[in-house]
Amino acid sequence: MTNKAVSLKELRKHRLFMPIVCLIVVLLINLIKTPNFFAVSINHGVLYGYIIDVINRGSELAILAIGMTLVASSSGGTDISVGAIAAVCAAVITNILSGGTDSVNEFHAPFLLAIIAGLLVAVLCGMWNGFLVASLKIQPMVATLILYTAGRGIAQLITRGQITYIRVDAYKVLGSTIGNNPVPTPIYVAIFMIIIASLFLRYTAFGLYVQTVGINAKAARLVGLNPVKIQFITYMICGLMAGIAGVIYSSRIYSCDANNIGLNVEMDAILAVALGGNSLAGGRFSLPGSLIGAYTIQALTTSLYAMGVSADQLPVYKAIVVVIIVALQSPELYKMLRKKTGAQKKTVIKEVTQA
Amino acid sequence: MKKFKDIDTNKFLLGITIVMFFVMYIIGMIVFNKQGFAKPQVFLNLFVNNAGLIVIATSMTMVMITGGIDISVGSLVAMDCMILGDLMMNKGWGAWSAMLAVLVIGLVYGSVQGFLISYLNIQPFIITLAGMFFGRGMTAIISTEMISITNETFSSIAQCKIILPIMGTMNKHGKMMYPFIYPSVIIALAILIIMFVVLKFTKFGRSIYAIGGNEQSAMLMGLNVKKTKFIVYVLDGFLASIGGILFCMNTMAGFVEQAKGFEMDAIAGAVIGGTLLTGGVGNVFGSLFGCMIRGTIESFISFQGTLSSWWVRITIALLLTFFIVLQSIFSKIKAKK
Repeated sequence: MTNKAVSLKELRKHRLFMPIVCLIVVLLINLIKTPNFFAVSINHGVLYGYIIDVINRGSELAILAIGMTLVASSSGGTDISVGAIAAVCAAVITNILSGGTDSVNEFHAPFLLAIIAGLLVAVLCGMWNGFLVASLKIQPMVATLILYTAGRGIAQLITRGQITYIRVDAYKVLGSTIGNNPVPTPIYVAIFMIIIASLFLRYTAFGLYVQTVGINAKAARLVGLNPVKIQFITYMICGLMAGIAGVIYSSRIYSCDANNIGLNVEMDAILAVALGGNSLAGGRFSLPGSLIGAYTIQALTTSLYAMGVSADQLPVYKAIVVVIIVALQSPELYKMLRKKTGAQKKTVIKEVTQA
Repeated sequence: MKKFKDIDTNKFLLGITIVMFFVMYIIGMIVFNKQGFAKPQVFLNLFVNNAGLIVIATSMTMVMITGGIDISVGSLVAMDCMILGDLMMNKGWGAWSAMLAVLVIGLVYGSVQGFLISYLNIQPFIITLAGMFFGRGMTAIISTEMISITNETFSSIAQCKIILPIMGTMNKHGKMMYPFIYPSVIIALAILIIMFVVLKFTKFGRSIYAIGGNEQSAMLMGLNVKKTKFIVYVLDGFLASIGGILFCMNTMAGFVEQAKGFEMDAIAGAVIGGTLLTGGVGNVFGSLFGCMIRGTIESFISFQGTLSSWWVRITIALLLTFFIVLQSIFSKIKAKK
């Protein structure tokens, strides 16, 4: 075997190999379909172009993917309530800022206070999920299903079934741009969150603890970790991330539409984690993988939109992608394939010997 | 005299549910007496309005006994309604052939999910979550507009009143009014009874309980775990489609947002009815009571009149949490013993 083949094999074994290949494939398809995909121009003082759009719109997803990765790793399940939590957070913020009316042109309460209150509520939602999963040992998806369905109802109640508009420039900053800066703000927020998360995981043992709990909670307890506490914290972080994403979503449309904020985003976040090469059954995780996954999904979404697929129809394609990914991750599939080819070989040998 | 500890905790949970249902209903009769809550028709409406849900909760119970779950049912119901509407109204199919088509689609849906879950050993959540998004998206692909079903055969089946010659009440004009049900109720209850018999008295049913109790020992006992699980999901898809048809008979329309959160209603029905999330324990009649509790809450809110319909979902979520917490406490007590 040549050296080159060996290095290629090693490369293929690398955890980030699959995610990066996926990203490249999606981008290449885009490049062929729309040649100006990578073209970046400045329109009205803001960076403009498909690729910028992917990075910009992918910000929320990247933030959500951070939380989802931790949750998937520690509990072997996923949090399907993130979209609903984002909606609740946005509803709280807009309701505080508007002071209970449907449309305002100035803040009725300090901006920072509202944001903090919204994020606090999001953390509370995360703690609720964490309590159900970690303390009561309920399967993560059933536990988060409760908020998934009830969350939007709560958000509706907070906004009294109306779409609350905050027509204040300061509120739009988080979703558009700061002053004359050409780079959209969500990108900064995402980068900021990614840096914090990576530093946190790098310089504390938390990431290691999470993986230990995810691989074997009993063993983790025996080495002196508290699995309940660690799982609880991951759900809390996931709630906080959902809240931050909710702030950006809401700021983009300077309003809160409880029915549509973060709609179907849980699927995207789960996809991002799975695509990043992380096992959804818990255990080892790679944050960069999830982030690459998140931007891949966003690129996929943007390109599907560009091809004229409507928002309602998108889930079909994503569902197919997620099934393919999890099927490829399944060791059973390879066992089955091996059995089949093995059986064929055996019959061939039999035929040969009989002949 | 049995001590509290000796009573089967699972039966205890089911007991709580049944008592709770009757207490709630009696409270309703007292509070909303003037609006006619005590009428037998209101009670029968619990079945009429929830016929589809009863079937789906029954099949959810079966899936949950194996230790799995199916959160794609809500979307499948929406897709079924949309396909029924599309085939009958736009493609000119007859009512029977459209219904048959929907049942076949349910079988296919179930087989694909079942194959991925049992043979490829992927978590049921992930697969059915994908199924949920797939179904909802497919509904939108078929049509984003609402399709009202006006097919004569279909509506004559759906709205054929079966009058029960008991407990009639005099109306304002002095005419005797007998309570009635629709055929959908009879279908739903028939399926409930069939599933009860299948689960309790057939080899297939007993192996479902065995697998849910402990998959490893079921395998060592010589049961074909993968095949049984596969059949469970196929049957689940089929029953969900029947539920979808019954649901459609109630709404007589297909639209994208239909039956949203239906999966949680079904899961809540099963869990409230004493099915354990961990598998191995469950009873379809418990799920019936679970669905009726949901129906009672719904009629409370409609009788009350001023509350938003969101409250149904929120109350159900709270009730589901309450029962999950109860289950968790009971299992902890059991583990300590």
